Amino acid sequence: MKGHLALGPVLFNWEAERWRDFYFRIADEADVDAVYVGDVVCSKRRPFFAPHLSAVVDRLHGAGKAVIHSSLALITNERDAEEMREMCASGDLAIELNDIGLLGAVAGTPHVLGPLINIYNESTLAYLADKGAVRACLPPELPLASIARLATNPKIDIEIFAFGRMPLAISARCFHARAHHLHKDGCQFVCGNDPDGLVVSTLDGKPFLSVNGMQVLSHTCCNLLGELPALRKVGVNWFRLSPISADMVAVARVFHSVLDERAAAADAIARLAELLPGIPSSNGFVQSREGRAFVQ
Amino acid sequence: MELVCPAGNPAALRVAVEAGADAAYVGFRDETNARNFPGLNFSPDEMRDAIRLAHDGGCKVYVAINTFPRARAEAIWRRAVATAVDLGADAVILADIGLLAYAAQRFPKLRIHLSVQAGASHAAAIAFYAEAFGVRRVVLPRMLTVADIAALNRAIAVETETFAYSIMCPMAEGRCALSAYVTGESANAAGVCSPTSQVRYERDGDDFITRLGGSIINRFGPDETAGYPTLCKGRFIANGEATYLFEEPASLNTATMLAELKAAGVTALKIEGRQRGRAYIASVVASFRTLLDALERGQDVPAAALQSLDQTAEGRRLSAGAYERRWR
Repeated sequence: MKGHLALGPVLFNWEAERWRDFYFRIADEADVDAVYVGDVVCSKRRPFFAPHLSAVVDRLHGAGKAVIHSSLALITNERDAEEMREMCASGDLAIELNDIGLLGAVAGTPHVLGPLINIYNESTLAYLADKGAVRACLPPELPLASIARLATNPKIDIEIFAFGRMPLAISARCFHARAHHLHKDGCQFVCGNDPDGLVVSTLDGKPFLSVNGMQVLSHTCCNLLGELPALRKVGVNWFRLSPISADMVAVARVFHSVLDERAAAADAIARLAELLPGIPSSNGFVQSREGRAFVQ
Repeated sequence: MELVCPAGNPAALRVAVEAGADAAYVGFRDETNARNFPGLNFSPDEMRDAIRLAHDGGCKVYVAINTFPRARAEAIWRRAVATAVDLGADAVILADIGLLAYAAQRFPKLRIHLSVQAGASHAAAIAFYAEAFGVRRVVLPRMLTVADIAALNRAIAVETETFAYSIMCPMAEGRCALSAYVTGESANAAGVCSPTSQVRYERDGDDFITRLGGSIINRFGPDETAGYPTLCKGRFIANGEATYLFEEPASLNTATMLAELKAAGVTALKIEGRQRGRAYIASVVASFRTLLDALERGQDVPAAALQSLDQTAEGRRLSAGAYERRWR
């Protein structure tokens, strides 16, 4: 089976027109086979981009891309739970599950398991594959040895988080609001100020993490260009590019050049670095190291 | 309400039983439990003795096997479940779907509690674990308000256990890779968050610096008490300001909220701290025993017990945490 690129859902609170135009450009120009849409982090953001959703989905479908609707990652109230169940029941799009509580709502229909579902071992993957999952984007912290083992399951495709700021934690508390001395209920949507998240530095001023509303992301940008051949070899067929404000069409082009064996990983890594000035890369998790490390 | 107490070793278990625990939770001395710290936990032989001692004292024993089994190594976790059953544990506390499926299928009579590490935060999530694996009790994440818990208990058919006295974990439990990002050790898979082997303490003039995996987690002035550098309790700069961005280094204490939690339908109260010493366990368990007995008898809240809990709190600062909506 050939290798595929998927564009993950925009995790950040981008202004609605920017969000729409980003996906329009992906539809028109990006060489990716699947595109995830929908808000994973905060249900309060959804009303802003919802009016553009059907136009975005139409444009992506028109370009021949599979479109998958991503669910919220953390559901703590019945209003959000109900909204997610309605989304699952509408049947318009395949669902990416990011909260295990929605499994009942998608049971029996083909769906994707998102990187925020805890899949660490063969039994968990097999159980979820039996419930109708056709693909699983594994948690970013898994090492290659685990990925290799999970990729031997013939009933489900494996997707790996290969590019972007890695989701590291999620909370019921909004850290973005907290950084502005606000509470979640009166957040003033301050997360919209930071299209790549709010930089969190250590006390000696070193960039460390990135806050995106209730989510904490890595400061480093996951970059598995060097691992693509090894991951392909163990049977991984899908690679996720998680959007940041860089030129994602160009990022997809660089990843495709390695996936299609048209470029050496080292050259591709150099080209990617040009697209991401000032953003350090990391591949530590796959290399069984601390996640922020970059092993070359 | 049932009082569920931590026991990090046989001596702590004895103390918890004597202080009036209704149940104690324990783990094996390996990566199968989420407090896999050096010098803690039980060998199978110690566990056998501990269970006998607890049962003689009228105390139940729950065995936490609540990390996520590594691929290629699931046998280690399965063996832990089988051993717990063999030794007569009253329940196992599990988080991983694959391990839950194994336990439910292999030991249909086993009482299974869902660990907080499973992060079941709403009714449909809890219903999934109850229906799929026969889970009888769910340990609720530290992110729900008392009103949320009351609503949940009306919507679900299983017991709930909630944190009564603990550190405050601001992230959704079982879904946090912050420590792994900095140290390379997965809290979910290896059972250690912010491992001591990667902690450094340094003097810098009059200040005290704590580091994890080389990164500065906090800096304490001469008037401050230095705390352990758990990543999410650190001080960081965001928006030009150095603050406890994720969580203050304060303790969660529900001592004054017990009547509300009971009214919300909570079955059991969990005291956190398997890493704590005997004096701490004895004091906290005895205080909660007094408070719960007074509550059951309809007596006034005993002031001495409240005061004692104030004194044992981490950083001596207390918070109602996420039980109050303003925490969010």
